[in-house]
Amino acid sequence: MATMRWLWRQLTSMRIALILLFLLALASIPGSIFPQRGTSPLRVNEFLKDNPTTGPILDRFYMFDVFASPWFASIYLLLFISLTGCVLPRAVDHYKELRSQPPAAPRNLSRLPVHLQWQSNSTAEQVVSETAAAWKKRGWRVRQGDEWLSAEKGYARETGNLLFHLSLLVLLVAVGYGGAVGYRGTVIVREDAGFANNVTQYDTFAPGRLFGADDLPPFSFELKDFEATFQRGGQQNGAPRAFRADVIVKDDPKSQPRPVTIEVNYPLRTSGITVYLVGHGFAPEFTVRDAAGKVVWEDAAVFLPQDSAFTSSGVVKVPDTVPQIGLQGFFLPTVTDDFSMGPKSVFPAADNPEVYLSAWQGDLGLDSGMPQSVYRIDTENMERIGIEELAPGETWNLPNSAGTVEFTGYRQWASFVITKDPGKGWALGAAIASIVGLSLSLLIPRRRAWLRVTASEDEGNLIEVAGLSKTEAPGLADEISQLARLVNAPEEKL
Amino acid sequence: MTVNETLAQASNAMVYGSMTAFTGAMVAFSVSLAKGRRIETIEVSAQRTSASHQVRKGSTATLDEPSVSTSVSDGVDLGEGRRAGNIGMSLTWLGTLLLGAAIVFRGLSAGRVPIGNMYEFSLAAGFAVSLTYCSMSISRDLRWLGLFISIPVLLDLGLALTVLYTESAQLVPALNSYWLAIHVSAAVVCIGAFTMGAALSGLYLVAQAAEDRVAAGKEPGRSSAFAQRIPSADRLDLMSYRIHAFMFPIWTFAVIAGAIWAEAAWGRYWGWDPKETWAFITWVIYAAYLHARATAGWRGKKAAYVAIAGYATILFNYFVVNIFVQGLHSYSGL
Ligand code: HEM
Repeated sequence: MATMRWLWRQLTSMRIALILLFLLALASIPGSIFPQRGTSPLRVNEFLKDNPTTGPILDRFYMFDVFASPWFASIYLLLFISLTGCVLPRAVDHYKELRSQPPAAPRNLSRLPVHLQWQSNSTAEQVVSETAAAWKKRGWRVRQGDEWLSAEKGYARETGNLLFHLSLLVLLVAVGYGGAVGYRGTVIVREDAGFANNVTQYDTFAPGRLFGADDLPPFSFELKDFEATFQRGGQQNGAPRAFRADVIVKDDPKSQPRPVTIEVNYPLRTSGITVYLVGHGFAPEFTVRDAAGKVVWEDAAVFLPQDSAFTSSGVVKVPDTVPQIGLQGFFLPTVTDDFSMGPKSVFPAADNPEVYLSAWQGDLGLDSGMPQSVYRIDTENMERIGIEELAPGETWNLPNSAGTVEFTGYRQWASFVITKDPGKGWALGAAIASIVGLSLSLLIPRRRAWLRVTASEDEGNLIEVAGLSKTEAPGLADEISQLARLVNAPEEKL
Repeated sequence: MTVNETLAQASNAMVYGSMTAFTGAMVAFSVSLAKGRRIETIEVSAQRTSASHQVRKGSTATLDEPSVSTSVSDGVDLGEGRRAGNIGMSLTWLGTLLLGAAIVFRGLSAGRVPIGNMYEFSLAAGFAVSLTYCSMSISRDLRWLGLFISIPVLLDLGLALTVLYTESAQLVPALNSYWLAIHVSAAVVCIGAFTMGAALSGLYLVAQAAEDRVAAGKEPGRSSAFAQRIPSADRLDLMSYRIHAFMFPIWTFAVIAGAIWAEAAWGRYWGWDPKETWAFITWVIYAAYLHARATAGWRGKKAAYVAIAGYATILFNYFVVNIFVQGLHSYSGL
């Protein structure tokens, strides 16, 4: 029991809080050095591949999941236990203090750091009662004795401090709650195509631990038009300047469709979820016909950008011909004649688009039961039958009379992140409260002021006014002068 | 909208002008420091025990002596160095105004807020440092501090022009938000003030070391000769604390504004992006500084080291994370 109490006292001491703060800072550092699964899973895989010996060891110590690791959690949980243990008793004390009176005036005021004195003819009773009223009016809490006054101000310092520490606790809970009941998904939508909010439509979907699939509000949207503009000329030639996605939204199946523009920094918010525009690219349109001229594939294929000039790569899989056909290649929004570096676009906008394709014939391996990437062809059981460069409208007669490929044009696609985080309003509230609390606690000094009236041998009374602050109080002297003025101190004494 | 090249070039010229002024200021301030000395000799500061309700020497003003207000030169008498100090001060003002104008012209040239890449942040941070210093020097004599302000400003501007320079241009879409002005200017102001806080904490350590030597009855060393030219350790510690205490809520605000922006731009308000992580580390370390100053056994030198460590994390975030670490904050323009 005694050891428990000792442990508790240690844990809630400022010294331990200080050490835990340092540990928290230290523990965050690896999270910024090593790639993290939460934000960049691909780079984690790359790191593991490049460092086959150290990688797994680092992984064992959660170096790729620092902020979700047990040791990071134990530091901040200890810190918050310490904080609670420290703040709760202080809140009780503060509450009592708020309801009690300031302590009586000390005997000898002249020893205090700010001290003023002068002679007066008024009676002690008169001075004390008038001063009490005047100081109260200025917001001081006043306790009255026969020949003295005690006054105190700046309780908001402690109130603010408690508010600040408390709001940190609320913030932590809000972050945890939002993460547990919310979700985050990503989806690529082509122009003239739509998205309906259900799990199967997402490309990636990361639900919180307490998330249920019926928590998805039934909204849908259609991407009508995507527009990207880029810097032309100058040092930053090709740098993006504006992205906008014009969508038609239905907030729920029964509501009227409404047009909305989603831009970077201006997401769509509807029924508790938020839709962010995060990326874009091109989807070249092809019509593939078999040897008999029958259309076997007709669509826009999403190609993924490989560089800042949007050299994009992708595939088309045509399963319904015998043997099967696969197209693999690049979409170049702006081509040049220079192919020395391979097919590369030189500008991100579709000024002079072309596709550069290779055609494969054989077995796509779609029936093997193994999940396949929609952006890659497994060419193990296929044979390359030719390569070709096509401008929009051009048709390629495949070798071996395998059919034709017409490059009919292109559409753009936009990628969206869709999130639900019911904790974020709370987190924001707590964050704002924390700033308010901090400002009060750091900028308002707690200070005391006293008045004492002493009968002196010669005529009248000696009046003393004094002040003290436990913390740095830059304006204390001036403030005490002001208080003295309210007791009719002669100007030359101020 | 295209970029107005004339205005952009005028801005560059003003940056060079500003650097010239700060170079002059640096020289003048060194001369002035070499000649100045403190009025009182070094003595051991009053015991600091906040438990016994004693107020520090520095923060105490008795009414019998109303002159202990802000007009006094923190106990430093520049003596023969006064003239050089005045020249340094005027040049600092000139450099600050030129830098401010350079920033305004840069903004006008592209028709947007001029804090869109590392070159522009660096100009703004240099301006924040020198403006903090100039505005604080209005009500008190801070000529003794001038050298330690002009050097970081010069380093910052030099780096901006040589390594970080980027042509004036429009913003990338990710930065096209009013939160840019709110979040970045709050951060830049904090960086400026924390630079001054770190300089004061560093000077405090020098002064404290000198006072410790005197207290131990040792020969005053070379650092003591320097310590005679700056205010007392207590005074420096207090000034540093005031800056940090004033700026900490603003830093908190800058981080929270960043989180609100991230919520609108990236779909989450906090994602442990490297830049966010280091902003958090900075925040935690400055919180530790404030706690250290309220913890027995940590007050004084240890707290000052913590404040300097906090500043080191700011520099790390700016130079290392911005340039070398992959993250979402890809706005360095390099
Ligand atoms: C997440 C952890 C914490 C953070 C970020 C934090 C932050 C802060 C900040 C910024 C201040 C204002 C400093 C000031 O008033 O001078 C403060 C004050 C204070 N904190 Fe904390 N704190 C934390 C945990 C704790 C814990 C665990 C304790 C108790 C052991 C504690 C006790 C105090 C006290 C007593 C003050 C007032 C100090 C003073 O008046 O200077 N804090 N805290």
